[in-house]
Amino acid sequence: MKLSLGPVLYYWTREALLGFYANLPHSRLATIYLGEVVCGRRNAMRPADWLGLARDLAKTGVQVVLSTQVLIESDLDLRAVRQIAENGEFLVEANDMGAVRMLAGRTRFVAGPHLNVYNPTTLAWLAELGACRWVMPVELGRDALALLQRDRPAAVQTEVFAYGRLPLAFSARCFTARHYNLSKDDCQYRCLEHPDGLPLATREGQPFLALNGLQTQSAQVYDLSGALAQMRELGVDVVRLSAQSAQMNGIIEAYHRALEGELSGPELEAVLASHRPADYCDGYWYGKPGIEHLAASP
Amino acid sequence: MTATRKLELVCPAGALPSLKAAVDNGADWVYFGLRDDTNARNFAGLNFDSRSAREGIRYAHDRDVKTVLAINTFPQAGAWERWERAIDAAADLGVDAVILADPGLMRYAARKYPDLGLQLSVQGSATNHEAINLYRDHFGVRRAVLPRVLSIRQVEQVIRNTDVEIEVFGFGSLCVMVEGRCALSSFATGQSPNTFGACSPASAVRWEPRGDRMDVRLNGILIDRYAADENAGYPTLCKGRFDVGGETYYAIEEPSSLNALELLPQLAAMGVAAIKIEGRQRSPAYVADVTRIWRAAIDECSANAPRFSARPQWKAGLTRLTEGQQVTLGAYNRKWK
Repeated sequence: MKLSLGPVLYYWTREALLGFYANLPHSRLATIYLGEVVCGRRNAMRPADWLGLARDLAKTGVQVVLSTQVLIESDLDLRAVRQIAENGEFLVEANDMGAVRMLAGRTRFVAGPHLNVYNPTTLAWLAELGACRWVMPVELGRDALALLQRDRPAAVQTEVFAYGRLPLAFSARCFTARHYNLSKDDCQYRCLEHPDGLPLATREGQPFLALNGLQTQSAQVYDLSGALAQMRELGVDVVRLSAQSAQMNGIIEAYHRALEGELSGPELEAVLASHRPADYCDGYWYGKPGIEHLAASP
Repeated sequence: MTATRKLELVCPAGALPSLKAAVDNGADWVYFGLRDDTNARNFAGLNFDSRSAREGIRYAHDRDVKTVLAINTFPQAGAWERWERAIDAAADLGVDAVILADPGLMRYAARKYPDLGLQLSVQGSATNHEAINLYRDHFGVRRAVLPRVLSIRQVEQVIRNTDVEIEVFGFGSLCVMVEGRCALSSFATGQSPNTFGACSPASAVRWEPRGDRMDVRLNGILIDRYAADENAGYPTLCKGRFDVGGETYYAIEEPSSLNALELLPQLAAMGVAAIKIEGRQRSPAYVADVTRIWRAAIDECSANAPRFSARPQWKAGLTRLTEGQQVTLGAYNRKWK
């Protein structure tokens, strides 16, 4: 099993983003996904900037994949997707069926976590269209994965979202702008102030969700470090880590050492706990409500 | 795009009396689901078995109303046969079309029943013409229902770029998230529209009177807290009040309803094929009222679009049906976003 770093889901300044990618422990990562997948208004990085970053990262030996935006609303959004789909240089992660149509039959692609692959028939169809890897929807767990793996088409790799605040929902509405009583068209890019999302709690103070512009995430950090052995048994190829604004390298290192068999059990948990920005959850993996944590036994 | 096409009215039927109410009051299509997790309104006491489906379809067809069976959840690994059986049942029952979200299931339906009309459910999350045309090219989808996230200009862009008929929501409960791309319900309860056909399932709801206030929970998570003078609503989890940055407010969406009646001439002019009414969980009386009002509005709009304006009695009737909730144009109005 190898590690991947998913696309940064938050809006960071250009400087912060480039600094983040420059300082990664590149040798620990097999794949880095790049691109703005949440909101087309976030434009600190222009398409040429992403390509430049992709080329720089590729020089470190890592596989670079360009991710497309999840919610496509306008012709402008579609043009941006087409530009990525036709880049001709890097593999593309399709996060919408529109992107799939642009890629199908032309080039291999990654079927992203938002394509809703819930059964082997749909996975087989995507494989025929050219998917070389699929990312399991976050709300599925080990039992569903076992069934999907049983019928997995040859030459399709399986990737599991294993660490980070869960991308749970997308909307046309920007909840960060709403929090500041701004309209989306005049959002003043307030999501820059919340590099790990804006926490939402219940009225009795229970952490529940995190608002990240159009995207709603879990307040808890999903962490399947306790399930790595099960993933290996199920034939998972790639373990996806989702970026946080601070201490991400500590997370990557801990997962790397866990995969190498150097760190496990309470020791692993202690290291991860010192780097996580919030409590963790893992319920989805065990077929339970996602918010639960079942203290995965290693 | 044919702006002269007759705009159709598609109405919900959670049970046989609602189906008859829709047919009797002017629906062009009625949509309904089977009594399990193959449809996105998998609620106890709702939906059709084969006997009531057969009777409903006969009732509709005798009155020249078309029927569409919603099999619009995602077949879960290990339970595929249940969804296949639903497709087989649709073909056997003789519905005019099925409405699906899962590509694997579309392939099954297209191969086995090439004459069964295929429609793309809102749960398929297709918000752009490339996605819609993918389903057309591969499975022969004839009609697509747009998620409630596009502005009216964006709806028009989609219509200009596809020959697939476009159906949009006109009235009813409002999903603020992209349909098919929301796992909030499973995060809180373990069951979501995609995996179980239900959002914020009733089995997870708990009402807790606490002196003069009412706490409403979903699997133990406090969704809202109502004072004595407030109407306690159903705890759909995106419509609760939460704390963000020290403020307590409807952080995601108010409990509001969509009403696009005033946009009818624009929708018709840009070539929308059909207006969908949400509400399979509603009563026959509700379905009758909303169908009657929209029928009258569509007929008047077809007869004289330039002079169309929503009549006060229609507006009042629809407002009454929303049970005092706010009414919104949703994403059709760009400012809502």
